[in-house]
Amino acid sequence: MAMTATADHARADPHHIGVVIEHPGPAPKRIVTAYGFWIFLLSDIVMFSCFFAAYAVLSGQTAGGPKGAEIFEQRNVAIETVCLLLSSFTCGMASIAADVRNRFWFYLGMTVTCVLGLIFLAIEFREFADLVARGYGPSRSAFLTAFFSLVGCHGLHVSAGILWLLTMMAQVLAKGFRADILRRMMCFALFWHALDIIWVAVFSVVYLLGSAP
Amino acid sequence: MSDETHLTAHHDLAPGEEEQLSVGARILGYVVGLALALLLTATSFFIAGTDLVWQPSIPVALIVLAIAQMGVHLVFFLHITTGPDNTNNVLALAFGLLIVFLVVGGTVWIMAHLNANMPPMDQIMMRQ
Repeated sequence: MAMTATADHARADPHHIGVVIEHPGPAPKRIVTAYGFWIFLLSDIVMFSCFFAAYAVLSGQTAGGPKGAEIFEQRNVAIETVCLLLSSFTCGMASIAADVRNRFWFYLGMTVTCVLGLIFLAIEFREFADLVARGYGPSRSAFLTAFFSLVGCHGLHVSAGILWLLTMMAQVLAKGFRADILRRMMCFALFWHALDIIWVAVFSVVYLLGSAP
Repeated sequence: MSDETHLTAHHDLAPGEEEQLSVGARILGYVVGLALALLLTATSFFIAGTDLVWQPSIPVALIVLAIAQMGVHLVFFLHITTGPDNTNNVLALAFGLLIVFLVVGGTVWIMAHLNANMPPMDQIMMRQ
């Protein structure tokens, strides 16, 4: 506990329900920014839930086209999953490095995160291109439409995340670890971790449940 | 620096922000989270392809493992905890989850009923 001075007070009424505190003034900008971004992330997750709902409804409507079990390659999905998981870890390392203002570990962590994200995107793009080349594009069946829009939407988020990541590296290079840059870095880390959470749902629901015979 | 006041002032924690720990302890948190997530992922992929378990239990197991892994991510990577300084973050998360549950659960429920109650397409065509 950092706030040892307030520890006794917190134990007595941890959620500040019964106390009317004299208002301490607006929260620090760091908290306001991150909280606002957290609300955005949750609304993004709600948007993804609509794609998941559409996929759940349409996953059986193959219109004579391929079923999930026939087109999913579990080995590729496993590699993608490990890439994204490790990139989440290195992103965490980079944000620790940013907090202690260590440039070397920051750049190293962000570079590894970027490379892992690009590997993920490359595998996903190859999978999509392969499916389209075999005639199983998004217009083939309702199932494939739902599949491409759900997984593609996640892929677009990862692409945007990589652009943001490169922007953050450039900003630290040009401006250093200023307070506003650190706030942006914190939001980026939240975004990247949230993408990984969505990917957990994607690989479980789409690829693993979908490849059951 | 004015933005450093959160270190001392009595305030809530921002989402993604940890209580003030040493760098070593923070790295350890991420390592534990990574290990747990890898373990759960490996279990998911193993369960999905195995013949060793009762087959109808596999979808349930996969969903439980996925929810567990999301929990691991939330706690170890996003640092959302049940602590008093995290109340706002948890409440926002709870509301988000409510909407997600309504959207996904409601859609699946209603569409399954519609699907079951609708005559096959060729019957509709014949009536016309």
